[in-house]
Amino acid sequence: MALLQISEPGLSPAPHQHKLAVGIDLGTTNSLVATVRSGMSTVLHDEHGHALLPSVVRYLQDSIIVGHEAQAAQSLDPVNTIVSVKRFMGRALHDITDRAHIPYHFVENDSSQGILEIKTRAGLKSPVEISAEILKTLKARAEKALGGELTGAVITVPAYFDDAQRQATKDAARLAGLHVLRLLNEPTAAAVAYGLDNAAEGVYVIYDLGGGTFDISILRLSKGVFEVLATNGDSALGGDDFDHRIFCWVLDQVRSKTKDFKPLSEEDTRLLLTKARQAKEWLTDNHEANIVCKLSNGALVDETLSVAQFVTLTEHLVIKTLSPTRKAMRDAGLSIDEIKGVVLVGGATRMPHIRHAVQAFFEQEPLTNLDPDKVVALGAAIQANVLAGNRSGDELLLLDITPLSLGLETMGGLVEKVIPRNSTLPIARAQDFTTYKDGQTAMAIHVVQGERELVSDCRSLARFELRGIPPMAAGAARIRVTFQVDADGLLSVSAREQTNGVEANITVKPSYGLNEDQITSMLKDSFGAAESDKAARMLREAVVDAQRLIEAIQAALAEDGDTLLNADERQQIQTHIDALLALCQGTDSHAVKQASDALNHATEDFAAKRMDASVQKALAGKNLDSLEL
Amino acid sequence: MAITLTETAANRVEKFLANRGKGLGLRLGVKTTGCSGMAYTLEFVDEMQDEDVAFESHGIKVIVDPKSLVYIDGTELDFTKEGLNEGFKFNNPNVKDECGCGESFTV
Repeated sequence: MALLQISEPGLSPAPHQHKLAVGIDLGTTNSLVATVRSGMSTVLHDEHGHALLPSVVRYLQDSIIVGHEAQAAQSLDPVNTIVSVKRFMGRALHDITDRAHIPYHFVENDSSQGILEIKTRAGLKSPVEISAEILKTLKARAEKALGGELTGAVITVPAYFDDAQRQATKDAARLAGLHVLRLLNEPTAAAVAYGLDNAAEGVYVIYDLGGGTFDISILRLSKGVFEVLATNGDSALGGDDFDHRIFCWVLDQVRSKTKDFKPLSEEDTRLLLTKARQAKEWLTDNHEANIVCKLSNGALVDETLSVAQFVTLTEHLVIKTLSPTRKAMRDAGLSIDEIKGVVLVGGATRMPHIRHAVQAFFEQEPLTNLDPDKVVALGAAIQANVLAGNRSGDELLLLDITPLSLGLETMGGLVEKVIPRNSTLPIARAQDFTTYKDGQTAMAIHVVQGERELVSDCRSLARFELRGIPPMAAGAARIRVTFQVDADGLLSVSAREQTNGVEANITVKPSYGLNEDQITSMLKDSFGAAESDKAARMLREAVVDAQRLIEAIQAALAEDGDTLLNADERQQIQTHIDALLALCQGTDSHAVKQASDALNHATEDFAAKRMDASVQKALAGKNLDSLEL
Repeated sequence: MAITLTETAANRVEKFLANRGKGLGLRLGVKTTGCSGMAYTLEFVDEMQDEDVAFESHGIKVIVDPKSLVYIDGTELDFTKEGLNEGFKFNNPNVKDECGCGESFTV
């Protein structure tokens, strides 16, 4: 007979109506699936008792292998064995800057705007398809373990994932036949796993040091609602770097003892890295680790690494995590004593000196009683259980934030921010824009993401056009542009002309990629470049104003220049225009403004003459009685 | 007669109750639904009703409403694993027939 789980009072499912929901941690290195059974969140294991599924997919001629077996074949068949596919999600080929170090044959897909694909022996595979294979494996595991079809899944993504990356994750789930109940930010999932949603209100910090990435997130809990106050991190810092430090240390030791030491072969590198990782894990509970192995060139490695040595070797890595931590605290505008609790996530946080550093920084002991590898999946499962309707009343609502500001391009290549960074999701913001030229009937809307003032320094997300604006004088049209980001962090932008109601809109699709390095560096740049950005903005604004002035004067000259001005007067105005045009090419915003003022001044007489002329024209041939004044 | 838990089941229930942080015990019952007439229900208990019948087994309070009791009296609740799946199983001496999936039954 079927096996039953304990339900909440009054919520027993009818037969064949189980609402089986899972939480999936789709990780760069490993993935997990968890579910809530009898009110308890548990990670589901495979037939061999493994909880972690290595996020590795190997393509054979007519079959696909996912997980440990694929991982084992990584060095045998690197071209067809895809690891860390999460790094390629929603990204274009030009986003992958370290292509030279990756063994895959990348191909640019011409049908979908530069989205990359990987050439395998089974054909071209997109990152979405590859991720879908991992999700399919987890789905099969869950359905076997739960004895039924899944109602839906909550899938976690890094808080910094942009719209394209989130959309790609959703597409992968759809391809795997999973109904996505919600994408959930990883730190938020970790907080839920610790039941912080039932804890005292306050601010919590999630310190997540994974295999290759570091993320810090600050969440505020109030009235049972989570709000992400700030996120920061380092996309090139993780547990692997600690392994690498040990690896380098071992290599130095061996080199100093061996004459004419030859460069390591690929297998030796892999072997030594594995030994380094084992030593790191051993040092979590022991005082020293022995690293013993024989290299293929016959050299024997036999080294002993003490905890103290390890700490010295890797201290700078630990310190490196504290600078993004400080930045996030500053972004959130918080001091240490306002932090109510600290949660550790990621296998690397098992290292005692990491724990000590975190404890020292936040002046309190971090929460560590859940397995740091599983905590994200456990939290996702709890959220999935709520969303599937298996829990009564006390539904928990999770709020997330936008990692970077969203805005659009205005005249002069400037960015108008519509939704600022760190806004809580879902969010909708509208802003009115207008036309720049007389009789303008169309407007190009260029959606950008980033913190900088100039479009060229931000990331382009999408472009579309609003057509059918009724012809009006410049500045008379009212175009309302609405930015909307849904609970999954996906952006849609619509523009509507207010007088005749013409409308155009766009949803951001995964056609543009941005790597995590770029996000962090974009953030960093925006702080570093604040001064120069301000100067650039002033210059562009001055130039836009100057150009508008020149355009107006040239139009007036074309109309009345011959009749109202003599050659001298005309030449004088032209000299001012030429001078201003020349300055517009330069970088001195002050000079541009001065020249604009001068031009304005020089044309005052002309303007007065035009005014007189038009009044005369209006009055010509009319007697006083016929005028309606 | 009475309702009992196996020791494995009792240990599990204890763990789940502790994890949940509240609850008086475990409620067993039947619902008239499903392809074969009746279906079991298994729920945490936050509130007891006046007419409820309570048993105690391995330190766990087992609560049944009197209408359900006539269908499941004598039941032993077990906790087992079947492949990757695990969960509770009703060993109910009153059952005459089950639907193919075992989620509903007739007495």
